[in-house]
Amino acid sequence: MSGPAIGAAATAIRVGGLVHVYPEGTRALDGIDLEVRVGEVVAIVGQNGSGKSTLVRHLNGLLRPTEGSVEILGEDASRLRVAALAARVGLVFQDPDRQIFARRVRPEVAFGPANLGVKGKALDAAVAEALGAVGLADQAGANPYDLGYSRRKLLAIASVLAMRTPIVVLDEPTTGQDLRGVARVRAIVAGLAAEGRTVVAISHDMRFVAETFRRVVVMRAGRIALDGTPAEVFAEPAWPLLASTYLEPPLAARVGVGLGLGATPTEASLVEALAARGR
Amino acid sequence: MLALRGASYRYAGYAKAAVHDVDLVLADGEIVGLVGANEAGKSTICLVASGLAPASIGGGLTGTLTIDGEPMAGRPVYDLAARVAVGFQDPATQRSGIAATVFEEVALGPMNLGLPAAETIARAREALALLRIQDLADRDPARLSGGQGQLVAIASLLAMRPRHVVLDEPTAQLDPEGTRLVAEALRSMAAAGTALLVAEQKTDLLDELCGRVVVVADGRIVADGPTAGILGDERLESWGVEPPARVRLGRALAARGLDPAAVEVGA
Repeated sequence: MSGPAIGAAATAIRVGGLVHVYPEGTRALDGIDLEVRVGEVVAIVGQNGSGKSTLVRHLNGLLRPTEGSVEILGEDASRLRVAALAARVGLVFQDPDRQIFARRVRPEVAFGPANLGVKGKALDAAVAEALGAVGLADQAGANPYDLGYSRRKLLAIASVLAMRTPIVVLDEPTTGQDLRGVARVRAIVAGLAAEGRTVVAISHDMRFVAETFRRVVVMRAGRIALDGTPAEVFAEPAWPLLASTYLEPPLAARVGVGLGLGATPTEASLVEALAARGR
Repeated sequence: MLALRGASYRYAGYAKAAVHDVDLVLADGEIVGLVGANEAGKSTICLVASGLAPASIGGGLTGTLTIDGEPMAGRPVYDLAARVAVGFQDPATQRSGIAATVFEEVALGPMNLGLPAAETIARAREALALLRIQDLADRDPARLSGGQGQLVAIASLLAMRPRHVVLDEPTAQLDPEGTRLVAEALRSMAAAGTALLVAEQKTDLLDELCGRVVVVADGRIVADGPTAGILGDERLESWGVEPPARVRLGRALAARGLDPAAVEVGA
């Protein structure tokens, strides 16, 4: 089997009226409507406790809706078996230590695809490709706990990449990463996007968000407060709303507005806007 | 004052030292930033500066750690803990595991210092208020989000009013508001005379917070000086450290023949 047989749905994720109430009574999601098309690369931002992690846990069936529905590639997530859902959506947790369990790097990465029925040379190729993408090709025999926190995070990403799911969900992938680690995560997201796969990532790093994603969803108190391109979400009219959820646009966007250049969410767009004004 | 002199440290079971010849002095009231690539030695320096390496985790240390002029070699962990407070990147590693509520967790530190109950309660309340997490007081500390757990860990540290603090990526899991609250709390500790060492990837934060920044590469300190000079150093990226946004943006403008001062004007 080369991969799960999944129809050519145009919609990767469709969430309708999603409410989630935790057993102790916290209403973490308070009516979420969200549609993500196949091949979209979407960032979810918002303050701690705004419901971001709760939302993504619904995408691979770790949580079930209190109310509302979740459809993955055209199928109701609540009707899909866990294995079928896992073949569609790969979720990388914020904390790699909740995910890593094997004593060696290679079996850790091979576990997911092997469970999906990938064997032999195809399995070797999936593992090698995933380890290469995160820069851990030379660590296949290492014990995961001999790797530092940042490399364990990359290992957790590799374990999900190896499953080659059409949808990849990353919870805070750049946390604790240095300059090279962040560049690597950006390259991974760009690579997935180039393959036409759907990516949803939670992040607090607004520069990473503006430079890496084409769509930004802002969550506040269990609801979607804003949804648009980085240029729209970080434009001046949105600032009061961002401030209400304690978010600050990246420096390039703030400088662009300060200089009257309009929406310049990325450093490159600010440089271009300034250069154009100088001409 | 906390001082490491000629400190080299090797983890138990390893032949090679993880950090070499570290000279690092934290003056009272000073916040020093510690930057470097992942696995360059930041966390190891935090463990050595707090005395936990070797007092708690074994291994071999040469060189000295002195606190307020007293050598720390051979001191038991409880003695070190009364002098220097430590915060780790993953809040779960330092949760006591014995407190039923966040309030008890934060009160545990001052209680262990032998303070009277009224003082313990007052300090726990104050620490929770400083980080605006009073509403978490009755929650189970084991059932918090990553960011909430990190704030509780820092509140626990604040409540002890330590004279020296070592923090390893204290804001890694925090949103921008949580990061701002932690920065405020650290500034107020420094203003009260506490010496702080803060290892961070977020150079934008250190840019605002620290008077001095130390860079570690391959287990050695390669630069140590006033914040603006170090974070503006051309070699920062080669050391695996992201320059602050204002520095990076200024350089991007200069590379196109534009005036980098536009960054300061626009911001």
